[in-house]
Amino acid sequence: MPPKFTGVDFYNIDGLLSEEERAIRDTVRAWIDENLMPVIGDAYVAGKFPKQLIPGMAELGLFGANLPEAYGCAGLNNVAYGLIMQELERGDSGVRSFASVQGALVMYPIYAFGSEEQKKQWLPQMASGKVIGCFGLTEPDYGSNPAGMITVAKETKDGWVLNGAKMWITNGSTAQAAIIWAKTGKIDDADSIRGFIVPTGTKGFSAKDQKGKLSLRASDTSELVLQDVQVPKDAILPKSGGLKSPLMCLTAARYGIAWGAVGAAMACYDEAVSYAKQRVMFGKPLGGFQLQQARLADMLTEITKAQLLCLQLGRLKDDGKSTPQQVSLAKRNNVNMATDIARETRRLLGANGILAEYQAMRHLANLESVYTYEGTHDIHTLILGQEITGLSAFN
Amino acid sequence: MKIAVCIKRVPDSETRVKIAADGKSLDEAGIKFVLNPYDEFAVEEALRRKEQAGAGEVAVICLGPAAAQETIRTALAMGADRGVLLQADKIPIDPFETAKLIAAELKGATWDLILFGRMAIDDYNTQVGPLVAELLGLPCVTAVSHLDIEGTKGVAEREIEGGIEVVEFPLPAVLTADKGLNEPRYPALKGIMAAKKKSLEVKPVQAGAGTLEIVALTPPPDRKEGKIVGEGAGAVGELVRLLREEAKVL
Repeated sequence: MPPKFTGVDFYNIDGLLSEEERAIRDTVRAWIDENLMPVIGDAYVAGKFPKQLIPGMAELGLFGANLPEAYGCAGLNNVAYGLIMQELERGDSGVRSFASVQGALVMYPIYAFGSEEQKKQWLPQMASGKVIGCFGLTEPDYGSNPAGMITVAKETKDGWVLNGAKMWITNGSTAQAAIIWAKTGKIDDADSIRGFIVPTGTKGFSAKDQKGKLSLRASDTSELVLQDVQVPKDAILPKSGGLKSPLMCLTAARYGIAWGAVGAAMACYDEAVSYAKQRVMFGKPLGGFQLQQARLADMLTEITKAQLLCLQLGRLKDDGKSTPQQVSLAKRNNVNMATDIARETRRLLGANGILAEYQAMRHLANLESVYTYEGTHDIHTLILGQEITGLSAFN
Repeated sequence: MKIAVCIKRVPDSETRVKIAADGKSLDEAGIKFVLNPYDEFAVEEALRRKEQAGAGEVAVICLGPAAAQETIRTALAMGADRGVLLQADKIPIDPFETAKLIAAELKGATWDLILFGRMAIDDYNTQVGPLVAELLGLPCVTAVSHLDIEGTKGVAEREIEGGIEVVEFPLPAVLTADKGLNEPRYPALKGIMAAKKKSLEVKPVQAGAGTLEIVALTPPPDRKEGKIVGEGAGAVGELVRLLREEAKVL
């Protein structure tokens, strides 16, 4: 058994957390140490999501943990939710992605845009892991520009008929239910975008895993095809309206990613420090060399800044005062920071750094996806640019 | 089934402890404290017994500083019903003084079972459980690794050198839990939130001086650097020779 992960806390940020927040963080941390760390290396190399962990994650209450207890969720605040994401991604970005999709991209839209019946039907089953969901927004030709989507939903006398294709869908082939975003009006009318709950067993719905990924290998990524998929009238999320609705989901998920990236960075830093102390070269530990000390000092500095960023963002979110632009800043900074730290750790580890036995290269490869998904780094740059100048660089 | 579980707040086994300037105590700055791992087995066993019985109460009792409330809440988060903190700034180093305080608290109610961890991983004394049993006049089985209870009769197994000892005892009884008794649960996140709302009574206590004194604490000597004898099956002969002749452990 590798030693227990003890986190990174140079500024006594623990002192800013409540007792419950710390207890939740420590519980998830211990659970990841015991259940994920022994299997993740092999799962990654095999290209398989460790499905056997789903019941345990559900039992802990990790899915949709910041949604109300009335729907079978844990009812946590957003800081506690963020700490969960941090600890999951300390294990692996793919496992955090699984929980992010289930909670922020599937359960959250049902909670925010669904009818009371939909909430009662779906949320408890999703919290308990009995139903796994996926989120279908991105299309083969519409990634950063989801307003251009060409998936359509036509209203019939019995309900809706959906046609289109979605790509890069996490949990796509595992899911029993998909949240599909489609245009209900003209093809250039982004305001007509609505969300639908589509059981993946519905005729005309197919999911195919995307092969050949060199990143997020312990996560299922699929292409969805919807060919004349008929769903009843009550499949529509009644309170969804326009592109704003899926973007709200993305803001919720990006918030978790900002925390998750800190987890991946801490895992790498921890590995870098322990390696630097143990590995002897030229008669002394690597850590005794100035070049490596500079690496470690930079890592610790960036992690500490990102931790404080997340915590304040979480407190703002709990007060209902956070903005999507603030979430963009945190996602952009933290994922970039984590990717840099993973790369520097990989390099500090020398040849060992390319092995799955160590974590750095797995995190590095994962983070390249995280850098690109949920709003690419560049798109977040433009969101901030627009916020600063009032001028949009998109259109 | 009414069960008391007596727990202790101890430094995490991953924590690097430092000896304080007085040379007789630990420097607690920066130490992470946890629920004593053996006490986790005791809490888990109590919860399972209550769940099987379908009714009852699991009360957690802890002697410790104010910060031990957090330790008690860990047990409440796992599912215990209420907690009592016997609050003392300094935990007596003499286990008998600790036992007297805990026994005095336990006397206030009737219990079917009183559970302890086999030992605390900080001082390794393994004494408080049996001492409390003696003070209360109850039977005691230590280091229990398997437990069956039928009505008011219990059968406990203890792992002893080279075998298993089976002990029968009447309830109420004091048991100390060993590793292997069960697999302690993770507190669910809802449990952690619920723990905040459970009763946690704080009672200030004054511990007696006792008859023990710590004269000095010293860290273990630094471990000598290891030696790689060789690789593969060919190295076994030399390894065995060195273990026998140099290390003298065979």
